[in-house]
Amino acid sequence: MGDDVAEVESAEEARHAGLESDLPEDTVLRAVVEPVESAEVIGTESDVVVRVDKADLAAIAVSARDAGFEMCVDVTAVDYKGKRRTRFEVVVNFMSHQHNQRIRVLASVPEDDTTVPSLVPTYPGTNFFEREVYDMFGISFEGHPDLTRILMPDDWVGYPLRKDFSVGAVPVQFKEANQV
Amino acid sequence: MADEKTTSDLWVAGTEEPDWIVAGTDEGAQVMDRDETEGRLTEQRGTRVVDDFVIDDSVADDERMIVNMGPQHPSTHGVLRLSLELEGETVRRVKPIIGYLHTGMEKMAESLTFLQGGTNVTRMDYLAPLHNELCFSLAVEKLVNIELPPRAHAIRVLMTELNRVSSHLVATATNGMDIGALSIMMYGFRERELILQFFEKTTGLRMNHNYIRPGGVAADLPEGWEDDVAEIVARIRSAMDDYEDLLKENSIWKGRTQGVGIITKAECLAYGITGPTLRATGSDWDLRKSQPYSGIEQYDFDVISGTNCDVYDRYRVRIGEMLESLRIVEQVANSMPGGDYMTDDRKVAPPPRRRINESMEALIHHFKIYTEGFRVPEGEVYVAVESPRGELGCYIVSDGGSTPLRMHTRAPSFANLQALPVMMADSLIADAVASIASLDPVMGDVDR
Repeated sequence: MGDDVAEVESAEEARHAGLESDLPEDTVLRAVVEPVESAEVIGTESDVVVRVDKADLAAIAVSARDAGFEMCVDVTAVDYKGKRRTRFEVVVNFMSHQHNQRIRVLASVPEDDTTVPSLVPTYPGTNFFEREVYDMFGISFEGHPDLTRILMPDDWVGYPLRKDFSVGAVPVQFKEANQV
Repeated sequence: MADEKTTSDLWVAGTEEPDWIVAGTDEGAQVMDRDETEGRLTEQRGTRVVDDFVIDDSVADDERMIVNMGPQHPSTHGVLRLSLELEGETVRRVKPIIGYLHTGMEKMAESLTFLQGGTNVTRMDYLAPLHNELCFSLAVEKLVNIELPPRAHAIRVLMTELNRVSSHLVATATNGMDIGALSIMMYGFRERELILQFFEKTTGLRMNHNYIRPGGVAADLPEGWEDDVAEIVARIRSAMDDYEDLLKENSIWKGRTQGVGIITKAECLAYGITGPTLRATGSDWDLRKSQPYSGIEQYDFDVISGTNCDVYDRYRVRIGEMLESLRIVEQVANSMPGGDYMTDDRKVAPPPRRRINESMEALIHHFKIYTEGFRVPEGEVYVAVESPRGELGCYIVSDGGSTPLRMHTRAPSFANLQALPVMMADSLIADAVASIASLDPVMGDVDR
């Protein structure tokens, strides 16, 4: 078991050496976090996780891009209804090819104000992901060029991935199914 | 009479367009966006358009029209619909419209236990089901924090790399078919059959395997697997020579693919595009090298990159990746460690079959694991693997129960579709199918 761990570690060192990333990890992270006042690093063991105020999402996207995170890999959301005081959480994944590093940014979004700044001006690739979050959770992205439903039909009522959107709320068209 | 044209249903070309022309037809809206500012148009046409085709400025306005391609078009690889704004033969703008295959898998995942989750995710990207299972399993294992026996890792690498070959075979085959090279389509599917037969022998199914599960793999490799794998590797290697004869220097193929569907590295990064499309721009980004998983770093392989950012280079990258995957498969087969194929952590893995016959406790344990599932500690985790289409990520949030609070899949095809407007804007409509095929979108992965 111990040998395995040592092997993994040496492989990681070799990887870092091969990728000529001259900046140590914490410098990169500091460059992301420093310009944003509300940013707080909350986990670094396996994943680097940063928590920000929802108003600062656009700001941390800019600072992440300037710090060398070329790609915004993923934008999604979680509904913590009944688990946490603030109901939603927007989750953004940035990736840096030059530093070979990922950063995950979390921002809590309360139920009564589900508008967050859009990342599309900084990372155009978040366009589809933000539309998906809007479609599934009803979280609006301010500044998004085309915030419409993407997976569900345009006239759909409700947001399917919210916890209170119950499975089976839409009647099924099999008549026999109800005659048990 | 000419004064009445505002109320007339007729419109004369060259005159000002009345409102009803752009408002809508029974085929849908005749504008593509609510907000059609110049900035929006620039964005839709890509941050920097580099393409082969120069548009003739003399195209008249009345040649501009919006045409729907799909969702039933044969070369959209499923139910993809593209709204194309055409000026004569030139594609001015493209808007992908998706959702026709949306089945709510992320919602369904919230009511399936972590053990059942594999049956769900394997149906997303149906051409690379094992990668989906691997990604999901790695995420669950990271949350539970269990170690896997080396044989489980090796089997996973063997199976996913074979899956990469079969997926790239389909990609190359259908890419050829869309452009009119029908022989490669027959050849590609013929060799894919070899791999699917091996999958069937190992997992019981040709697709949707649910073979890679949290804790290891569902079953050991079948008897005589060494010979099967050796035969697959040998036959696909020799078939690859045929593919090279068919396409590599084929002047029609090169004419249809070279300089077509260009997307630069900067655009790929901005739009979150990964996989062969990114590597065809000269990047050597491959998660198997940069953020390795399942011990894939111990095998010797190269990352294949292109230079010209076009459809031809994407095809070359896929051919190269197949050969590299076969190299990995060979190495795994030659160094397959012995031992168990499933972790012996009884919290996650059911007891072995023989124990159930001997022990009542084992039977109860078996029953409990398959009905209630196992509990996963509270936390959130994001794990990514290199699927044939790019970065496949799985984000799982657990609240400490036996089902995830949220399971999100970062689908590579979903993100890669955003490349279409960049690739196709200001190019010929005949090149559209080549561009779509070179992205290799799987609609199950896009819509989930």
